[in-house]
Amino acid sequence: MLSVRNLSKTYKNGAERFQALKNVSVDIEGGEIFGFIGLSGAGKTSLARCISMLEQSDGGEILLDGVDMTKLTGQELRDKRKKLGLVFQHFNLLMNATVFDNIAFPLSIDKKSKPYIKDKVDGLLELVGLTDKRDSYPSKLSGGQKQRVGIARALAADPELVICDEATSSLDPETTRSILELIKRINTKTGVTFIVITHEMDVIKELCSRVAVMEDGEIIEQGPVIDVLTRPKTDTARRFFDKTGVYDTSAFIKEIKPGEIIVKATFIGDSALKPFISDVIRSFDVNLSILSGGIEPAGGTVVGALILKISGSDGALASSMQYFKENGVGIEVINNASL
Amino acid sequence: MQVFDLEYWSQTIGILMRGTADTLYMVGFASLFAVIAGLVLGILLYITNPGGIRAMPVLNRVLGVIVNIGRSIPFVILIIAVFPLSKFIVGTTIGSTASIVPLTISAIPFVARLVEATLNELGFGIIEVAISAGATPMQIVFKVLLPESASGLVSAFTITVINIIGYSAMAGTIGGGGLGDTAIRLGYQRFRTDIMIYIIIILVILVQVIQLLGQYIARKLDKR
Ligand SMILES: Nc1ncnc2c1ncn2[C@@H]1O[C@H](COP(=O)(O)OP(=O)(O)O)[C@@H](O)[C@H]1O
Ligand SMILES: [Mg+2]
Repeated sequence: MLSVRNLSKTYKNGAERFQALKNVSVDIEGGEIFGFIGLSGAGKTSLARCISMLEQSDGGEILLDGVDMTKLTGQELRDKRKKLGLVFQHFNLLMNATVFDNIAFPLSIDKKSKPYIKDKVDGLLELVGLTDKRDSYPSKLSGGQKQRVGIARALAADPELVICDEATSSLDPETTRSILELIKRINTKTGVTFIVITHEMDVIKELCSRVAVMEDGEIIEQGPVIDVLTRPKTDTARRFFDKTGVYDTSAFIKEIKPGEIIVKATFIGDSALKPFISDVIRSFDVNLSILSGGIEPAGGTVVGALILKISGSDGALASSMQYFKENGVGIEVINNASL
Repeated sequence: MQVFDLEYWSQTIGILMRGTADTLYMVGFASLFAVIAGLVLGILLYITNPGGIRAMPVLNRVLGVIVNIGRSIPFVILIIAVFPLSKFIVGTTIGSTASIVPLTISAIPFVARLVEATLNELGFGIIEVAISAGATPMQIVFKVLLPESASGLVSAFTITVINIIGYSAMAGTIGGGGLGDTAIRLGYQRFRTDIMIYIIIILVILVQVIQLLGQYIARKLDKR
């Protein structure tokens, strides 16, 4: 659906040059929610602006349904733009227009008929739960309500792709949750593809199926959220995902007695729900204690990690490990007395 | 005293009413033309600005220079300088109709700069929303720029009208008609201090009313 190929962007300010994007390539599939995560200044907004052609890139291709946006100009570009909705951190609403007119804005740009606009906007108002605010002005709305208007507006012209740049970053946690739920619901219901840009891990875990980690204008790692979450390849990715504490193992690297082993058991999806701990204790002659752990929803499934201390004979430990692996539990040995 | 002198009052009121009507006529038309032309010029300045929605640096420069020249010519000089133009357009160089020409010309660059400044107040975010919705520059002007800055524009126009009232009095002093003309011919040259005072009162009230009206409309239009 969207294919970004070797995209670069350099900002020029007089003699100053700053390369904000370096050869970024990424493929977004139709219907998915794809996340971009990175620290402030990583180039996420630059990428969003280049994809939406608000910023001219130095080179590279932006193929939206096979058409290279960077090659379009004039009316062709304007028409293609309608396939793409944008949701902003600071909402960017028309302050002198009602909620209805704000949502209707892309349609009135598109010269749609009055009855069509009314139908469409009333439907969107219902979708985002703002029917009772139809005739209010944005100044009378809370941040969360403003963002609902922003989302409804982004959807008005039936786009194929909606890009949310830090859409929840100026909202409180509770409102953030409700907006994330709304995005998820819309994605499920309408099948619109979303690109979600954020610096918050929770947003990615809650919404996305796949994620790209950005740093210094580059994508340093990308893949299914669960993979990046449980098997990060880069320190930056690890740091983002460690924030929850569940995946952090550094605190457990310490002295242990012979016959003991400390492992990180990672489980995804169905395996998280199996009673494998009790199975292991029952089946093998081992003692097992849980040092730390947690389970959380991420990437459309559940992911969990437990830090386990297991003690027993070498044979019993080996069989336990074997059992875990056979049952789809990822095992990473953190500390082993026999090493 | 002339307090009960009917003759005096009917004559005085007649003079003042004629002057006021002339002033309103001059100011009204000059304001109308200046606001229309200044609005167009101001929008042009804004959108042709480098980084604007229709960046045209050369045109922007040229317009900027013209506006600055217009703003730097003192009004009294401008009136005389445009005599030939006034003659060409309205067929005469004296009277209130003739004054509309210099009043309009002097106010256009002023309005243009005020409009440009008002539009600059708008964040670029909402304009980018319009661009990403596939809006043409014309649509951006009529669906975003004007409605979003309506309140600020009304304030700018209010200042403009009040300025034009002041200038119209100045035009009056060299035969331009209106209250300024009356003030000079009767109030000053014929020592009619009473007329002078009434004219000042009328001008103060006029400015006050326009200011309040402008503020009221501006506030009504502002939904922020
Ligand atoms: N208009 C601009 N001119 C110059 N530098 C810019 C501009 N916009 C962004 N940058 C720089 O590009 C880098 C990436 O910015 P941005 O894309 O906004 O990052 P993010 O959204 O990930 O925080 C930053 O270092 C920022 O200072
Ligand atoms: Mg950003």
